Formats: sequence, structure tokens, C-alpha cells
Amino acid sequence: MSEGIQLDGLVKSYRGPHGPVHAVRGIDVSIAAGETVALLGPNGAGKSTTIEMLLGLTRPDAGAVSVFGRSPRDAVDAGLIGAMLQTGALIRDLSVRELIVMMASLYPQPMAVEDVISLAGLREAAGQRTQKLSGGQTQRVRFAVAVVSNPDLLVLDEPTVAMDVEGRRDFWVAMRDYAARGKTVLFATHHLEEADANADRVVLMARGRIVADGPTTEIKAQVGTRTIHATLPDADVADLAELPGVATADRHGDAVILSCADSDRAIRALLERYPDTRDIEIAGAGLEEAFLKLTGDQDDARAPRSEQLGLAG
Amino acid sequence: MTGLVYTRYELVRAFRARRFFVFSLGFPLLLYFVIAGSNRGVHNLDGTGISLPLYYMVGLASFGTMMAMISTGGRIAGERQAGWTRQLRVTPLSARAYFRAKVVTAYAMALLTIVLLYAAGASLGVSIPAARWLEMTGLILVGLLPFAALGIMIGHLVTTDSVGPVLGGLSSLLALLSGTWFPITSGFLHTLGRLLPSWWLVQAGRVAVDRHDGWGARGWATVAAWTAILVVLAAWAYRRDTNRV
Repeated sequence: MSEGIQLDGLVKSYRGPHGPVHAVRGIDVSIAAGETVALLGPNGAGKSTTIEMLLGLTRPDAGAVSVFGRSPRDAVDAGLIGAMLQTGALIRDLSVRELIVMMASLYPQPMAVEDVISLAGLREAAGQRTQKLSGGQTQRVRFAVAVVSNPDLLVLDEPTVAMDVEGRRDFWVAMRDYAARGKTVLFATHHLEEADANADRVVLMARGRIVADGPTTEIKAQVGTRTIHATLPDADVADLAELPGVATADRHGDAVILSCADSDRAIRALLERYPDTRDIEIAGAGLEEAFLKLTGDQDDARAPRSEQLGLAG
Repeated sequence: MTGLVYTRYELVRAFRARRFFVFSLGFPLLLYFVIAGSNRGVHNLDGTGISLPLYYMVGLASFGTMMAMISTGGRIAGERQAGWTRQLRVTPLSARAYFRAKVVTAYAMALLTIVLLYAAGASLGVSIPAARWLEMTGLILVGLLPFAALGIMIGHLVTTDSVGPVLGGLSSLLALLSGTWFPITSGFLHTLGRLLPSWWLVQAGRVAVDRHDGWGARGWATVAAWTAILVVLAAWAYRRDTNRV
């Protein structure tokens, strides 16, 4: 399986309530077998639409998808793809174990049911009816359903949405266990922290385009994880951008905004160089601003912000 | 062969869905006892020479089994809303195996409905020769084919919010126009009724009632045509239904 996954020139629009929505506007991604890749972006970036095209749930308007040299449908039929879609509940009136047996029966070479139950951390819930599970347990069963075919490609669309902190941690441990078997994993998230902690590589999407693609550390440096706001009338923006730990600098009147890859280093350097800095605020993950900056699309940057980015917690 | 284990668990699920199970089996039975229980002495309904308990037993056998078949639509609409249908599309489960599981489950419910109604009829003194029972049951099972497809089609077109009224309204209307509640013997309603698949479902029951000869060429043709049309429409509804709900 050296061919990996190829998305070539994918374009997809669909009809929305206020005219056509250009969900994906031409993206190219190549993923090698065995890679763990995060598809990072705010809501509405086109992540789910991209995943739907990868899985064969939606046909692209233009472009092509190849999964290990096959079409998505052929790859699904061969049991090469497992997926946890963004929205989804479970069917009722089966126990967790029965549901996993039922799904395993659909595949040519499934994993042993007890192995799936262990991997997904469902030992204690295995005998329970699916309608009696907590949100976090439901997500784990959905993960189990995604890996039951022992797929070479595992696709997860915002898998930790319904989970508490502990649930998230356990979930990512399970995901990394699976990836460690030499499997290819693609997951969508809008939490930079999740991408950083769990992926080798980040593909950053905004408004239907890929705005950055590279090793996690590189993207993190570009995007910045914290923002420093301060009043500093007499500093030069270009000089501020050169400070250690700062990714980009901006000025609005007397206020400066520094997007930081390492805010600890940045604040020390800032105070050392400009001891008269006032009104300092350090805010977590100003990701949306960072996305907009990376796209350099001023029109959209001024548009009202209708969606807020969630913070990983 | 794939799909067998899947079908088995679909059956298990249908029998465990208590509210659905009790209601879809209980409703025709309750209706039967309400109508026929208090009129068990009527041996010549509207001058037809047919006893009332017999007339309504076969009438409700056709109505109850039709309900059992199309209520598949309600279950499918629920699974779609849960996102489960999309999850299934990321598995090798073929459309054929998916349909088979749905149809087998619907037929299991329909068969159970028939058996219970026959038992209820017998308890009110209905008695028919065994050969007639079998002939009637066989024709009803064939006559249910269009409704198996209709249930799947509705399930993939309608949301959970509207599926209840759609199924309830449709089945009541079909039952009325097909002579379930009172005999339709002439006029426009007769002409219209004979074009409906549910008409022939009721006629299937008449085999046991008045030594009727079954469907004849017209009945077979109508049921076959509706089956073909609804299977095509159900397949179309399933294929187009790939969106997030």
C-alpha cells in the first residue's frame, strides 16, 4: 500500500438557503500510507465536505479521489476505509457487543470483536443497550464501528465533540494506538491543540481552500497559539514581529496584537525591549484571526464573524 | 453470504422495539375486538351473507399487514435522522442486502399480525377450511410486495417529524378506498379502488370469505405493476438520499 491517498483538484458547491455555497474551492492533498494527518479549520472551512468526497458520500463537481489506488467506493467495499462521521447516533435496541458483531459481519476481514471492544475502551459498556450510553460512550462505540473492519485508512470527523476532558484523552490514546499499527489516519478538528498533540502533519483549511500544509510544528509556528494584546504607541510593527516567539504583529492605533508561537518567550522579550508596555492581555488561540491572516483575504476578514472557534479543553 | 447476520439483528431490533412492536401488533387486534367483539352475532352483513367477525378479520388482516409493511418507513426515517444510514454507506453493505433486511423484517411483522388476527377470529367463532386459509394467506403475502417497497420509499423521502402523519393518513385512505371498512361494490369508488394495490390485498382476504376465485388476471397485473413502479421509486429514493439530515 505505498500509493496512499490522493485528492486532486477537488471542487464542491451545493445549494444553500442564500444561494450557492462554495464549500470546497479546489484542493490538492497527498497523504502517504501510515501518516496521521489533521484537517484543521474553523466551522464552514470545508472539512466535512472534503471528508465526504474522500469517503464517496458526495461526488466532487471537479477533481478526483484515489484511496490506495482505488475509487472511494471500491476502497469502502474492500473494507479499506473506516469512518466516524461528524453527526451520528447509534441505532437502538442492540447491545454494544451486538452492534459491533453486526457491523463486523459486513466486512471481508474484520478485527476480532473482543479486540475492537478493548481498543475502544468498551469493556464495561459491552453489554449495555446502545440507547442507554453516555455521550462519550456513544462516541467510543462509533469509533469501534469505524475500526471494526481493521481499515488501512481511518477517517474521523470532529470525533471528540461530545466528550469531556477525560473522554477526549482516552479517545486520542485509542486513536494513536490504532495509528501505531501502521495505519493511515485523517481527522478533522477545529482545535489546534488536538491537531498538535495527535497528528504528524496539519492541513489547514479556511473557506474551502488549503491555506497551509506541513508538519505540525511548522503550522503551529505559523498560526500561533496565543495572542498578546497591549498598548504600545511607539513600537515598530516589523520590529515586534522579529521578537522571539512572535509569529505575526499588527497595529490598531495605539494597540498592538502579537500572534505568538510561544507566548512565554514573546512576553519576556516584549517587556525587556519595551518596558513601558501597558494593558497587557494574553488570550488563548486566536485561531480564526490567524486563519484569516494566512488566507490574506481582506474582504472576508471584515465580514461579520458568525461562527466562533471552540477552544480545546 | 453477507447480510444474513445483519438481517438477523434487524429482526432482533424490531422485536425489541417494544412500543413499536406492541402498537403495530396491538392496534389491529384491538380494532378487531372493538368492532367484531360486540357484533359477533351478525351473520349476514349488509345482505352479503357474510358474518361480521369473518368480514372484519380478513379486512383487518389486509389493513394490519399493510400497516406492518409500511411502518418500515418510520424506522428508516429514524435511522436516517440518527445518521445511521450514512454510516452504512461507508460499509460494503449493498443496497440489495439493505433492502432485503428491511423487507424480511417487515414480512416477519406482517406474518405475526396475520397469525394473531386468525387466532382472534377463531376466538370469535370464525372457521374456514384449511386450504382457504392457506390460499388467502399466500395471496396476502404476495399482495404486500408493493407495500414493502412503499415503506422503504417513504422512509427515504420523509423526515421523522412528518413520517407519522404520512403513514397514518396514507394507510387510512387506502383502507377506506379499498373496502376494508365497508364493501364497495359499484360506482366510481369501485373503479378507483380496483386500481389500487390495497384493493387486491382486501380481495385476497375475500378468497376465504365468499369462495371467491382469487385475483384473476387483473389483480395479478395490478399488483405486479405497482410492485415494479414502487421498487423503482424506492431505489431512486434510496440513491438520492445521501445528504446529511
